[in-house]
Amino acid sequence: MGIESSLGDGYFTTKVDALTNWARSNAAWPMPMGLACCAIEMMAFAGPKYDAARFGSEVMRFSPRQSDVMIVAGWVNYKMAHAIRRIWDQMPDPKWCIAMGACASTGGMHRCYGVVQGCDNFLPVDAYVSGCPPRPDALLHALMKIQDKIRTEHSVMLDT
Amino acid sequence: MDLELSDTLKKVIDGLSDQFSDSFIEVYQSTGDTFVRVEADAVVDICKYLKSTHHFIYLNDLFGTDRFTSEERFEVVYNLISLRDRERLFLKVRLPEEDPRLESVADIWKSASWMEREVYDMFGVHFDNHPDFRRIFMPEDYEYHPMRKEFPLLGIPGSIELPSTTPDTE
Ligand code: SF4
Repeated sequence: MGIESSLGDGYFTTKVDALTNWARSNAAWPMPMGLACCAIEMMAFAGPKYDAARFGSEVMRFSPRQSDVMIVAGWVNYKMAHAIRRIWDQMPDPKWCIAMGACASTGGMHRCYGVVQGCDNFLPVDAYVSGCPPRPDALLHALMKIQDKIRTEHSVMLDT
Repeated sequence: MDLELSDTLKKVIDGLSDQFSDSFIEVYQSTGDTFVRVEADAVVDICKYLKSTHHFIYLNDLFGTDRFTSEERFEVVYNLISLRDRERLFLKVRLPEEDPRLESVADIWKSASWMEREVYDMFGVHFDNHPDFRRIFMPEDYEYHPMRKEFPLLGIPGSIELPSTTPDTE
């Protein structure tokens, strides 16, 4: 704490990583990818009762621009997979992905030729939410897991 | 088997077996509905007749089944409704496994267009003179027909492409 005393009042020191991680983790804007019934629970997650705004995640853009967390809510079929991947590629880095519900995580009960058996076949998933459908608080939990993950990231500078 | 037919359906069945005696195969009842099996090559004429003479103006459904038999493997079923007379009639045709082919009824009932595309997509039954003959659910270049009974439930690995996981770089 030596440097603060020489800077005087009105200053504090921190690491750039800590600062950016704090900012990023508290403004993880979702890109809602609502594909099936799970999407309804995702709406509740953003609504007043569960209130994702408490975590800085109320800004659902329905556009890849400036979104950070893609929430894949519902089952993914092969045709849709290409559209999802395209939107994912359009999201700016850094970005995170939640597979919401049994279907997005594993194909769920749709064990058939048309449905991709888990969206991690073509997306890098950070958090899986179990359940069919998962409750909105389970999705909040996944969001908090991602916040934890962001907070422990060494993203900006590496000690050399 | 004795048939319990309403007066209107009796007229319809009698009319069919009179007018299309060469193509009329059988009529039976099951679970409260009446089924008429006919030859595949007469289906357009029969549909025209049923619509114009007996007021079956509503094609409720048109679907395929795979009987998985060595002969007459596929079946296409027309579920017809007369809204005026409150009657329902199922019309069935059977098709061979080798090159299953039927005449389209899309210019009799417009809704048949999409349903025939579905039967083609899922079972591989071709419909001649269809206005817009394409697959409807599966990708256009897909080689298989998923509702055929030999098709594995989980599909054939690698038969549909997944997106590339390396993003395009410019
Ligand atoms: S996990 Fe359940 S609720 Fe969610 S999309 Fe699948 S079937 Fe629907």
